[in-house]
Amino acid sequence: MLMVLGYNIGPLLAQGMLGLINGAFYALLSLGLAVIFGLLNIINFAHGALFMLGAVVSWMLLNWIGIGYWPSLIIAPLIVGAFGVLLEKVFISKLYKLDHLYGLLLTFGVALIVEGLARNQFGSSGMAYAVPDSLRGATKLGFMIMPTYRAWVVVASFVVCISTWLILEKTPIGATLRAATENAALVQSFGVNVPRLVTLTYGAGVALAAFAGVMAAPVYSVNPNMGSNVIIVVFAVVVIGGMGSILGSILTGFGLGLLEGFTKYIYPEGSGVVVFVLMIIVLLLRPAGLFGKVS
Amino acid sequence: MPEIMLDVRDLNAWYGESHILHGVNFNVREGEVVTLLGRNGAGKTTTMKSIMGLVGKRTGSVKYKGAETVDMRSDRIAKAGIALCPEERGIFASLNVTENLMLPPITAPGGLSVTEIHELFPNLKERAGSPGTKLSGGEQQMLAIGRILRTGAKLLLLDEPTEGLAPVIVQQIGRTIREIKQRGFTVLLVEQNFRFAATVADRHYVMDHGVVIDEIDNHELDANMDKLHDYLGV
Repeated sequence: MLMVLGYNIGPLLAQGMLGLINGAFYALLSLGLAVIFGLLNIINFAHGALFMLGAVVSWMLLNWIGIGYWPSLIIAPLIVGAFGVLLEKVFISKLYKLDHLYGLLLTFGVALIVEGLARNQFGSSGMAYAVPDSLRGATKLGFMIMPTYRAWVVVASFVVCISTWLILEKTPIGATLRAATENAALVQSFGVNVPRLVTLTYGAGVALAAFAGVMAAPVYSVNPNMGSNVIIVVFAVVVIGGMGSILGSILTGFGLGLLEGFTKYIYPEGSGVVVFVLMIIVLLLRPAGLFGKVS
Repeated sequence: MPEIMLDVRDLNAWYGESHILHGVNFNVREGEVVTLLGRNGAGKTTTMKSIMGLVGKRTGSVKYKGAETVDMRSDRIAKAGIALCPEERGIFASLNVTENLMLPPITAPGGLSVTEIHELFPNLKERAGSPGTKLSGGEQQMLAIGRILRTGAKLLLLDEPTEGLAPVIVQQIGRTIREIKQRGFTVLLVEQNFRFAATVADRHYVMDHGVVIDEIDNHELDANMDKLHDYLGV
């Protein structure tokens, strides 16, 4: 077996691959958070709950009305995104003139309510969601056996992340969004309906979280706590990457998943805290984050 | 005489608790270039922002082509046909020159094409791919003016377009204002520099302490020089 610095390279790579799958979810979630924070200036604490809601909605679509994984991948984000639009219109939009803290408290409250309702309906033991037939099986990679579904998760979320980044960087709607992030009042004075743009952006960020939730359903079991388990790490990812940096949040998401995976092999006891240790180091040395602009 | 395009009556405006405009009255006729002169803090920029709907609280009347706009949201005012080139220029750092230029949506026919804007300001074509804020001050000003010429807005509010610029750029901006006037645009201009204002404007209003205190026709400017020096403290 090939050795590097005294470690077996095979298991190291295998753990890295598993870490990359977590990283795929970190990237999708922190991307949505970054987009929302950029334009709305609120830290969306409901993000984890809406990720969970994506998984729950896809479970309900399958078990209640027989809609399978593939249509769910589109329908569940649309349903949860519509819920996000409603949330922004009815509640969040009332808070823009107040301190950021109010948006954080409101979305935190929303997270508690959504998770509470889910727990009330489904209990907290978790429900299985089968891997779709077309993505069953696994491939031998030499150093590990890669389940097809997990490879799909990494590839699909990478494609979605890069597409989102391209939309933001290379299209007129992306340019309008970036401009509104810098100076919303001026963009509105050019005739752009900024309040609608803000609503739709929140809906899109939420839909990204729900998309991650649908993809997560077959990997983790669908349960009301799945959001709060992942979201703490995602906030650390956002802090490390730099608030509001789109590409930064994607790279940091995948990178930290990988780092967690490697740590799991090299020093398993540290894998739960390595992200937070890194967060502390980054905050001390570069408070704006690795990709954040120092203002 | 051309029709009154913009009619401002008893305009009051507030930033938070501070009352800035105390009943501003003036009008702009179609096809005119009209300036607001006055010292720093006289309320010129606030007047521009109030017309554009960018001030928190405003009362009184701002009629554009006969329609009341004082309660409208700024995006509706823009769609009605008014566009602002702000004092701070408002070039977006995360957008390149072309993206900045194309940012304001077209609200009506009759705006300049990108080719025409590039003819007016050749620098913008050369630097199309540069980030907006990497341009020189003069180029940023050209970009800020150029991007509102595209939209089809007929009334342009230019807030101190010559501030801090080299004389040769000031001349170019002067030529531009005369050119767009010829094309039928109406311009409301805020200026500190009344010598520059005299080269482009039809009429001048003088503001002080949040009200209009005098109106001077451009060809009466020389006769009123003493008064003007007094007003502006120069």
